[in-house]
Amino acid sequence: MTVSQTSFGSHEPVLEIKDLTVKYRGDTRSTTAVDRVSFSIGTGEIFGLAGESGCGKSTIANAIMRLLRDPAEIAGGSIRFGGKDVLAMKQEELRRFRWQDVAMVFQSAMNSLNPVMTIGDQIVDIYTTHAGYTRKESLRRAAELLELVRIDPARLKSYPHQLSGGMRQRAVIAMAVALKPSLLILDEPTTALDVVVQQEIMAQIKELQRELGFSVLFITHDMSLMVELSHRMAVMYGGRIVETAKARDIHAAPQHPYTQALMGAFPPLTGPRVPLRGLADGVKFSNIADLEEASPGHFVSPLPADQKAAVLQGAQP
Amino acid sequence: MTTSIATTASTVAGETLAGGTGTIAGMPDGGTGLPPGASVRRPNRTLLHGLLTNKKAMTGAAILFIFIALALLAPVLYPDNPSKITGMASQEPDAEFWLGTTAKGQDVLALTIHGARSSLFVGLTVGFASTFIGILVGLASAYFGKFIDEALSLTTNVFLLLPGLPLLVILAAFLPPGLGTVILVLVVTGWAGSARVLRSQALSIRSKDFVAAAVVTGERPLRIMFREILPNMASIVMGTLLACIIYGIGAQAGLEFLGLGDVSTVSWGNNLYWAGNEGALLTGSWWVFVPSGLCIALVAFSLSLINYAVDEVTNPRLRKIQVRKIKVRKIKKSRPAHKPAQPGKRASA
Amino acid sequence: MSTPVSARPATALNTPDLTNGEAPALEVKGLVKDFHSGGLFSRASVRALGGVDLTIRRGEIVALVGESGSGKSTLARCIARLEKPTAGRILLNGTDVLKRDRFQASREYRSQLQMVFQDPFGSLNPVHRIEHFLTRSLTLHGKAGTPAQLRTRLDGLMTTVGLTPDMLNSYPHELSGGQRQRVAIARALAVEPEVILADEPTSMLDVSVRIGILNLMRQLRDKQGISMLYITHDLASARYLADRIAVMFAGELVEEGESLDLLANPAHPYTRLLVSAVPDPARTGSYDPRERAALRAAVMESSSCAFDGDPEQRCSAAEPVRHRVGDPANEHWVRCHLYRPPASAASHALSAEPRTENKASA
Repeated sequence: MTVSQTSFGSHEPVLEIKDLTVKYRGDTRSTTAVDRVSFSIGTGEIFGLAGESGCGKSTIANAIMRLLRDPAEIAGGSIRFGGKDVLAMKQEELRRFRWQDVAMVFQSAMNSLNPVMTIGDQIVDIYTTHAGYTRKESLRRAAELLELVRIDPARLKSYPHQLSGGMRQRAVIAMAVALKPSLLILDEPTTALDVVVQQEIMAQIKELQRELGFSVLFITHDMSLMVELSHRMAVMYGGRIVETAKARDIHAAPQHPYTQALMGAFPPLTGPRVPLRGLADGVKFSNIADLEEASPGHFVSPLPADQKAAVLQGAQP
Repeated sequence: MTTSIATTASTVAGETLAGGTGTIAGMPDGGTGLPPGASVRRPNRTLLHGLLTNKKAMTGAAILFIFIALALLAPVLYPDNPSKITGMASQEPDAEFWLGTTAKGQDVLALTIHGARSSLFVGLTVGFASTFIGILVGLASAYFGKFIDEALSLTTNVFLLLPGLPLLVILAAFLPPGLGTVILVLVVTGWAGSARVLRSQALSIRSKDFVAAAVVTGERPLRIMFREILPNMASIVMGTLLACIIYGIGAQAGLEFLGLGDVSTVSWGNNLYWAGNEGALLTGSWWVFVPSGLCIALVAFSLSLINYAVDEVTNPRLRKIQVRKIKVRKIKKSRPAHKPAQPGKRASA
Repeated sequence: MSTPVSARPATALNTPDLTNGEAPALEVKGLVKDFHSGGLFSRASVRALGGVDLTIRRGEIVALVGESGSGKSTLARCIARLEKPTAGRILLNGTDVLKRDRFQASREYRSQLQMVFQDPFGSLNPVHRIEHFLTRSLTLHGKAGTPAQLRTRLDGLMTTVGLTPDMLNSYPHELSGGQRQRVAIARALAVEPEVILADEPTSMLDVSVRIGILNLMRQLRDKQGISMLYITHDLASARYLADRIAVMFAGELVEEGESLDLLANPAHPYTRLLVSAVPDPARTGSYDPRERAALRAAVMESSSCAFDGDPEQRCSAAEPVRHRVGDPANEHWVRCHLYRPPASAASHALSAEPRTENKASA
């Protein structure tokens, strides 16, 4: 019986991460990829994790799924899924946890589909391995699954290279939700796709989420996309969270300079041309302090005075 | 706990390992993607440094060095002609002749040490010549593409398909005997292998943007081939060179064993030839043929060690094995509380 | 050569002549590029560019917008003469360079037209220092001078692109993505070109760094009058940077015009499709799958053209005629909707639409 199958009250978060720290052990020294990160995701909630490359967001996703390999290791903190300690799970429990409780769509997953198996076979694999259905039953469910993501069930017989990028990504998402997990982690699901297909995929995900009711951890560097989709979000920098609040609130009033820089990096499509600045060269954030509540539900890492001055200075064009 | 910019910078390494995109957010000071204190070197210098600290490389280099030293010092150690008959025939190793004597009565040790000169000389010459031709062909194929590539590839494939040993034998039989012939024959049969490998590597580098950028800047083809593409092939050129040297030594020994080499020179292969000819194998005089055979094997072994080391240094994944073993022990001792991230399993792909 | 605008109506394949007498910096006419596909003896080919006409005036930035597979990179590579066009002309300052330098680009051409590539990590050779790239550019085009002059020029270039001269001694891997891209721009600037082709220069950079690069490009246009072709799939940055936007689909241009006007009044279904797809937090929840399907269908094959009855240009399903849109000052034209894109290229570009909601209506 997986954790998802036990009912838990709506006040119990699906995922709770406290002070998670992940280090990479190098030849000479170790580096901290994730530094005491805490957040939680409720039932049916879409939680966005924003940040640029190197901030640690992908590492967190891999940590949740216990997919971190050498030289990465979890150096501290806890991950709880529906109350259960993920870090303490044994092999067998972990096997059930992965894919039945939490599923992940990796970056460029659509390019990682097995090229020598048909889509149908790959979905059937999931059902026969994890859920123990017969092949016939699995095929039936696979067809249903493809319908769910608006792919013609006849495509069960297609090989990945016969599908377009967008279709492959939808197939991958379908595979992720095949066993109806409670949490779906999406790591940059649309980065490799065209903007038109991207919008369609995001709409697809929203629809699936409404129908199946799972929570989503949505990781991306595209702020506009994140604000469109998420309920709540967090912005990461250098392994720490610098700001977290409802997506709308962050979009309307970003408090931390880094968040402001990220938000300001997207030129508008309407209105007059306004010179933008982004993050000025030479501005860096070190010693990121723990989050404090700036307004109800809106947490920001406060900036020490000297850094504030530096940012303002650096912001001069 | 502080999160300094260094940590931020080095999370890139971690992120890319976990599959991130690998770009670095705006860095201030010349922005290294490395932790401070890590020295920053050119890729080729890192290779050299890596090799100098690698056990395999050092072992191989040491063995090779010994042989080269012996070859160079041979005239000093044994000033006389080693083919001279100085002792009783087929004597077992003893205090006077450390490796005994041949069926004719020659000093085996002298023959072996002098043999190093010819074998190493031919091996190195063949190695460098084959690699050089391979570089020319590979670069030209990759850079010019289309017809030149087709023509060169066809030629390469033809030479690859020709059965090596029969070709060696035929060429050696028809050409006048001498070391030059041996070298020529070995290069003719050996260049194609390296050409193919170098061509494919050059092709993959050719398709990179920095080559296109050099073209757009206005660089001339020769310069692009030798100053832009070739430096990026350093480790594979080295590997190819080592492989060709091994080929040279081994093939020369083979030719000579068949009696097709230059029978008048002293070399390991010729020592083996004479050993066979004089029935050392039949009479069980192991001290006659074992030393030369062992030398060939040792030199090939040392070169292979260096080759493996080059692979290891240039492909960091192969290095991880050592690190992991140490780490597993450490974890078990110091942190029983946290479950280690699957210590037994290797990262795949 | 130039006649007042009002006297000359827009003809089928020419845009209105507004050159005010000066030859445009770069002109591409009827550029066609076919790639040979299949084995050695097959005759099949894939048409990447199907007759592109593009003009860039002096001191102007033109954005070429399109999705992957639209042919925009191929166009850049053809103009940079990294590929050989199958047909068409490329005119730099009025001279047909394909005719003048038949087999390969001349040194002169290289000093007039430069390119910045997409991948900041791949466009700098890892074995060379930064100094090497800039010095080679200068030396090859005779701008190096004495060692002292060279030093001054190098320092000047670094400062122009917003880097410090001490980075000249660094290797590419020691710099960040944004810094590398600035070096690439400096390398292009070293030859003092008239036109710079920028092939998606910011798409592989971190978001917070992109604006800096775009601002740098604007500065170069403003201060040095360099014309640029800015290739991107990001409409927002195209609007931010470029004076004019040209939209490309399946190897052909479908619409072109002044940036603000084009995005405010997109006339071609494909442009409307792109505009509707850009993520915009202000219009969350406006995605309508039915509308999307209709737009997709209109792109592939339209039964009617919104410009039917255009007095200047009759609609045509056979030829890619152009209709003027709105104020002539914006030079905004759109290709006739009735014209169908070549089947193979288009299906590749806009493939696999999701099925609409109601199966009964599909």
